[in-house]
Parts: sequence; C-alpha cells; structure tokens
Amino acid sequence: MSNVPAELRFLKSHEWARLEADGTITVGISDHAQQALGDLVFVEAPEAGRRVAAGEACAVVESVKAASDVYSPVSGEVIAGNADLGGQPELINQDPYGAGWIMRIRPDDKAQFAALLDAKAYEAALAAETH
Amino acid sequence: MGLRTPLFDVHVASGARMVDFGGWDMPVNYGSQIEEHHVVRRDAGMFDVSHMCVVDLRGARVRDFLRRLLANDVAKLTQAGKALYSCMLREHGGVIDDLIVYYMDDQWYRMVVNAGTRDKDLEWLRAHAGGYEVSVEPRFDLAMIAVQGPGARQRAATVLEPGFVARALELGYFFGAEHGQWFVARTGYTGEDGWEVMLPADRAAEFWARLREAGVQPCGLGARDTLRLEAGMNLYGNDMDESVSPLESGLGWTIAWDPQDRDFIGRAALAAQKAHGVPRKQVGLILQDRAVLRSHQKVVVPAVGEGEVTSGTFSPTLERSIGLARVPSQTTDRCEIEIRGRLLPAAVVRPPFVRHGKIAVAL
Repeated sequence: MSNVPAELRFLKSHEWARLEADGTITVGISDHAQQALGDLVFVEAPEAGRRVAAGEACAVVESVKAASDVYSPVSGEVIAGNADLGGQPELINQDPYGAGWIMRIRPDDKAQFAALLDAKAYEAALAAETH
Repeated sequence: MGLRTPLFDVHVASGARMVDFGGWDMPVNYGSQIEEHHVVRRDAGMFDVSHMCVVDLRGARVRDFLRRLLANDVAKLTQAGKALYSCMLREHGGVIDDLIVYYMDDQWYRMVVNAGTRDKDLEWLRAHAGGYEVSVEPRFDLAMIAVQGPGARQRAATVLEPGFVARALELGYFFGAEHGQWFVARTGYTGEDGWEVMLPADRAAEFWARLREAGVQPCGLGARDTLRLEAGMNLYGNDMDESVSPLESGLGWTIAWDPQDRDFIGRAALAAQKAHGVPRKQVGLILQDRAVLRSHQKVVVPAVGEGEVTSGTFSPTLERSIGLARVPSQTTDRCEIEIRGRLLPAAVVRPPFVRHGKIAVAL
C-alpha cells in the first residue's frame, strides 16, 4: 500500500502539492508514483524563474523502467528546483514527500491549489486505477 | 489474470511487485531493482525463469532435425551436457526465436525457448518434426531457477541434493548435467558465473526458500534486463524478431556456415544478404548525457543515416545509460539519439559493457 498524507493535495497524474506557510507550493511525485516507476536514476527539475502553467509538463523523472513528465499543479513562477536530486535521484524513492521534493512554485492564484484533489479523492483515483 | 509460475505465491508473499511479462504474472522487483542488480554482480541472486519453456526432443534422427532447424550447428556438441546458443530462422532469414540447446545423448536434445514465443516455437518444431520422426515434448512439469553471481554456485551447492553437488560443481561453462528430474547447467543471462536449475515444479517453492536461507537474494525481471543488457545479450522481441536476420542483430557469430552443404532453414537468405552486403548492424551505445536510452528512440548518424535503439536502460554498474541499436553498417564511433525532442551524443561501442563484474568498455 502506498502512503497518501492527508494534508497534501494531488493531481490524478500522481504529483503532490503542499501549501507552505509563506504561500508558496512545494511539488513532488506521490509514493504510489515512485513505487510504480521503480528506482529513479535521473531528474530534470525546472530552474528558478521559469513561468509554468497549471497542467504544463515542467520536470522529467526517469527511472530504470520509464521516463515520466511531472506536471505543474498550479500556474506561477518556479522559485526553486531541488538541486539535490541531480546527484541523488533516489531521494524521491526514499522520501517522496520530504527530501524528494522536485520544485517550489509561487502560485498566481491560490484558488488553483484549493481545487486540487484532496487525499481522499486521490486514494479513490488510485483505487479506480488499479481495478 | 496472467499465467503463473509455480513460484507465483512465493513472490507475492515476499512483497514482489508483479507485472505482466508476455502474458505471465512475473516479479519485476522485490524492492530495489538496482540493489538486486548489484547483488548479482557482487555475490548471488536468483531469478524465477519458469516462464521459459523447456522442450525435450527425442528420436533416432533428432540430430539431423536440429541441423536443419537451427542456424548454429549441433554437430559441434560432442560431449554429453554441452550447450549451444542458436537462432531458429524462417526461410527468409527472420529470427523465430533464440534458444539454448543441450546435447543429452544421441537420441535426446533439450531446448530452452523464450516464454513469449513458446507457442509458435512448438508449432514450428512440430511442423518439421514429422519428417524426422522426432517427438517434441514441452516440459510443463519443470520449473527453472537461475542462480547467478560470483558466489552463486557455492551458495547453491549447499542446498542442492548432496548426491548431485560434486558433479554440479565440476561443470564447465555451458555444460549441464541431470540427476533424476533435476538438471543443473552452468549458463545464464547476466554475464556472471552461475547455474540455471531445472527441477520438478512441485519442488520449486522449497528449493527457492532454501536458496534464500543460503544467502541468495531474490531478483526480479527488472534486474534481469539490466544485467543482460550490460552483458551485451540480446532480448528476443526487442533486439531481434522475424523482421530481421541474425546478421543485422549482432548474432552473426551464432551462424555455422561450415560445413557448406548443411542446408539449415534460412541459409539461402542469409547467404544472399551477406553477398549483397548487410545494410544494418547492431552496436552498443553509451549515452554521454544525463538521460536514459529506451527502445524505439531514433538514432541519427550524421552524414550516414538513421537507426533505432532496440534496448536501452540505465546501467547500474557504469552509472550511465547504455543500449543496443540497429544502425547503418557504415556507422563508426559516434551517433546522436533523439530523446524528448533533443539530439544527445552517444558513443558507439562493442558489447559487452560488463563482464564478470568488470567494466568491459572505455568510458
């Protein structure tokens, strides 16, 4: 079973998003996604300053098995990509909701965050996917 | 639900991630694929390969039959238990399957064919067997476990039936021996030393558990793929199929041209291809950039032409992406690979990439 933290929001495409105290949003891929991909070997995180639109592919995670796009959950400006993933892509496998974060975004409109799937809805989406 | 090997329940109980592989529910890993890869390079891992099909071929003329059906020549096999790797070809030279055949005695050869091609292989064998009065018997009663790695034989020997151990440990490379319903061969698909053990299906779970107690790590098909690719071994369906000949698939070395009067199926087509010049060849690739080669990516050889990646992965040993590709024959030492809209440089090398735990190419 994969871990779906209750405080996070999700996309059906398996990204998670966390609203930080300073109003920025941290983004990564879910525990389910990292399990499905297997050992991660390369991550291309976006650079700070890049404008992204909600639903835009803005990072790539590549595992032994497959390459997968990571979609931005909101529109806004990337304020950081996780530089640690360059040398240690396995952080995503080890700690997908912590050290394995991929990017931080300053959203144009926080309402976009509120509209994302909550943990319960994401769990339901996972259940539907595996049946 | 897919086909299941006798070890299916064991895999599920040990937390394996199961995937469909050619219609079979197989373990892709039991945790980390990369860790499983390293354990085979450094010590000992085991793979459930019971989905592969063992076929016993018997008859007074079985040797003649195989000399007609296989591009390699079983006449090279003169010692009991000796194995030969060969392609089985259509008349036009396309590869029906690649396989291993063991010479058991003058009236009995044992063949191991791929899971995904099993039905068409059996059909092909049977279609030609009649003329030679050869019986074709798939051994669905046997399971197969590959124990691989520098420590594999020693560890596995501690749990093999005592009366069989000495003979099994004496086997040279590419030799097998039987003991009752058990068969041990010093073969594999990882580039490491080890055994492939065929055994009665109802004994498989117990033997697997005992190997585990002896320190052999269960490994999934994910690690099997990265290991075989590092070892420069082809995967049927990826690196060759019925649309290409062995000459275009890096398997020219498996064709036995001599004696010249041996008329194996596909010979005329291969000879014609050779006479006209083979337009494409198989090469190894090492990607110079941070991305991963995958099958079907386009290969661009500047001023020469284009080709295609047939297998690609991340090599845990090289910590680079490696692959096999079919490219124009004039390709030399460089090419470019189209990955997500960009052309990334790759070095063209001669496989294997890794042999017996050591890097075998220049990085």
